[in-house]
Amino acid sequence: MNVMIKFVLDYLGYIIRGDKKYYLWLGFLALFIIPWLYGNFMQLKYGMIVTGLTDQVSWGLYLANFVFLVGVAAGAVTVVFPAYVYKFEPLHKVSVLGEMLAVASVVMCLLFVLMHMGRPDRLWHMIPVIGIYNFPHSMLTWDVLVLTVYLFLNLIGGFYFLYKKYAGEPLNNKFYLPVIFIAIGWAISIHTVTAFLINTMPARPMWHHGMMPIRFISTAFAAGPALIIIVFLTIRKNTALWIEDKAIDLLSTIVVACLTIALFLTMSEVVTELYHPTEHSAGLQYLILGKHGLENLVPFFWGSLVAMVLGWVLLMIPSIRKNYNVLSFICAMLFLGIWIEKGMGLLIPGSIPTPIGEFTQYSPTLLEIGNCLGNWAIGFIIMTLLLKGAIGILLGDVKYSK
Amino acid sequence: MSDTKIPLVDITTRATHENNSVSEWRPADDDVNVDKPSSPSRRKFIKKSAGVTTASLIGTAALVTGSDNVQANTSWAEHFQGNYRLMSDEEKAEAIDRLEKRYSLEYEKEVTVDGTDAQEGVLFGYALNIQKCIGCRRCVKACVEENNQSRGDEQEIEWIRVLKMEKGEFTQEKLNDGYPGDYGIQVGGNAYSAAGVVLEGEHYYEPEAVPEGDSHYMPIACMQCEKPPCVKVCPVRTTYREPDGPVVIDYNWCIGCRMCIGACPYWARRFNWGEPQLPKEEMNPKTHYLGNRPRMKGVVEKCTFCIQRIRHGRYPACVEVCPVGARKFGNLLDPNSEVRRVLDRKRVFRLKAEANTYPKFFYFVD
Repeated sequence: MNVMIKFVLDYLGYIIRGDKKYYLWLGFLALFIIPWLYGNFMQLKYGMIVTGLTDQVSWGLYLANFVFLVGVAAGAVTVVFPAYVYKFEPLHKVSVLGEMLAVASVVMCLLFVLMHMGRPDRLWHMIPVIGIYNFPHSMLTWDVLVLTVYLFLNLIGGFYFLYKKYAGEPLNNKFYLPVIFIAIGWAISIHTVTAFLINTMPARPMWHHGMMPIRFISTAFAAGPALIIIVFLTIRKNTALWIEDKAIDLLSTIVVACLTIALFLTMSEVVTELYHPTEHSAGLQYLILGKHGLENLVPFFWGSLVAMVLGWVLLMIPSIRKNYNVLSFICAMLFLGIWIEKGMGLLIPGSIPTPIGEFTQYSPTLLEIGNCLGNWAIGFIIMTLLLKGAIGILLGDVKYSK
Repeated sequence: MSDTKIPLVDITTRATHENNSVSEWRPADDDVNVDKPSSPSRRKFIKKSAGVTTASLIGTAALVTGSDNVQANTSWAEHFQGNYRLMSDEEKAEAIDRLEKRYSLEYEKEVTVDGTDAQEGVLFGYALNIQKCIGCRRCVKACVEENNQSRGDEQEIEWIRVLKMEKGEFTQEKLNDGYPGDYGIQVGGNAYSAAGVVLEGEHYYEPEAVPEGDSHYMPIACMQCEKPPCVKVCPVRTTYREPDGPVVIDYNWCIGCRMCIGACPYWARRFNWGEPQLPKEEMNPKTHYLGNRPRMKGVVEKCTFCIQRIRHGRYPACVEVCPVGARKFGNLLDPNSEVRRVLDRKRVFRLKAEANTYPKFFYFVD
């Protein structure tokens, strides 16, 4: 028990200390919380009328970010899977960082979902026993279940590992390995169920096809490791923790492979839907070409496509893939491209036109954008703190001493 | 929300006004037991006249201490109430009592909240004659007045959407106005103009007068599906099918996730993006818990076939107001009801039948 208390104290003491750069980074992120506080206050006070959402397009940026971040959370498995299934040592050493990233992403998901809700004060209505949990009928209850369990699996797996490392005790593999392997499988489930959340609605033909889950997974396993590469390269540059080249090379290979599948699936969908466009293709037409003179999303679609194709081509070239000076930029470009593709590029045109054929555009309000940025900033603060603590323990800077 | 606005102009109709001659969907000889003795509203009535129950005592005490407190106390209790469907009769009566007090204070008039349950042997159905509809949108307006929707500049909610469908035409002149392909062989044509593309109707038509000669009209509202996709996706079962057919919402239990809005193939559900704007003088004080009682911000609402009316034998407001008698309503289980006669004798279809939602709202032509 004594060790546990010391662990918490040492851990907290370590994550709040850092060099000037560390504080500057956290301070920069904290700036976004000011508009976020204002935005949340306004939204709670006046309702969701402060957003750009309408009855026509009632799911917008909040849910788009949610869907994307579930993918990022699942993408953390690209670190854990090779580490434990293939016993790939360069990633095995740092796999706890993947778990920390997953935790931060799930927290962001929860923030976005709460913000999407019209009555967050009634969240308790969903809690079994005191409320009603419409399981297994409602796909949303499945999503809540898989996300919550995934959060706990990563918290338990991650912090158990860190604690044992801190205390200098060996891991109890009978407990630890099952948690890790369940979490690996579970990562697939969170994004599959998130795809089911929207593709089980025949009312929205743009989403209503069986390709959705695999498209989600393939883009997730491109965006997730893209972010991880950026994080790893940043860690290498700024901390004493050295992440091997082999680890980064494997991740960039995974990005290329998954991006290949993702682009192929996008192509398949476009050809299927637009060869002989029916009424059910109207959403996709609106996204790609614009329809009835409405073309808000057209530049975003093409921008994201260019980013993805360009990134894919560049990463196929080994000399560029292994040039760590440009790799971060390519990964950032891909991350942004996929964020557009799977976020607003998928969520918004699903509502355009409405099921009874009305074409309305949606543009988020400044307040809504501020809230989204705030959520991201909070997520990155959590991620930074979690990674800092984990790195400290991995390096042995934080360890138990009597 | 500028996009949801339809100016409710009173459009002059060319048709003669022939109101429905009967004002009740129920046959005259069936006029007993509207309120089942066990229904909360009836018991509440008894309670009120006795005036000695705990709830009313608390209410009186609160009234004495000042109206602000009543509001605070009642909304506090409202916050922790359960799902309406699962409440005991006593809890229902209490919830209704709380609401009546709050609404009466808020709207400065005696507001009643009805809790009448479904009658046995009744399944409500609706049939709309698209041949007769002239697109005057009187139904839209009557619905808003009856059902206490939010109105005004900030947020305007309407449950019925009338689409104007242009009839389109094929003309001799355009016969060869086609797509030439290679080898000079025509691969497609343009010999039509807007040939009534289903679901690409005009939502915001504003002519001088209706009906316009080249158009017909398609009013759409909640279809009260037998297999409602909205009910299935609701994570907290706040929306459900009542035993007599209508799909209703417990506004106090809704968490505002809008899954139901995504799942509805008929775009029948609306969301209270802001605090509903309902002027006191326009508020309809005869309400039902599951129907037209005032809503709050952040919850979903929709047509209930005017549950506050139909459970007492009356027609929905849109049926009553329709100047051309295009709207028919009644008990689907009664072979002599208007709606059953329509189903038996007319050519009937359901919107998006391929969605397998089994609407209880039918369209027909003579």
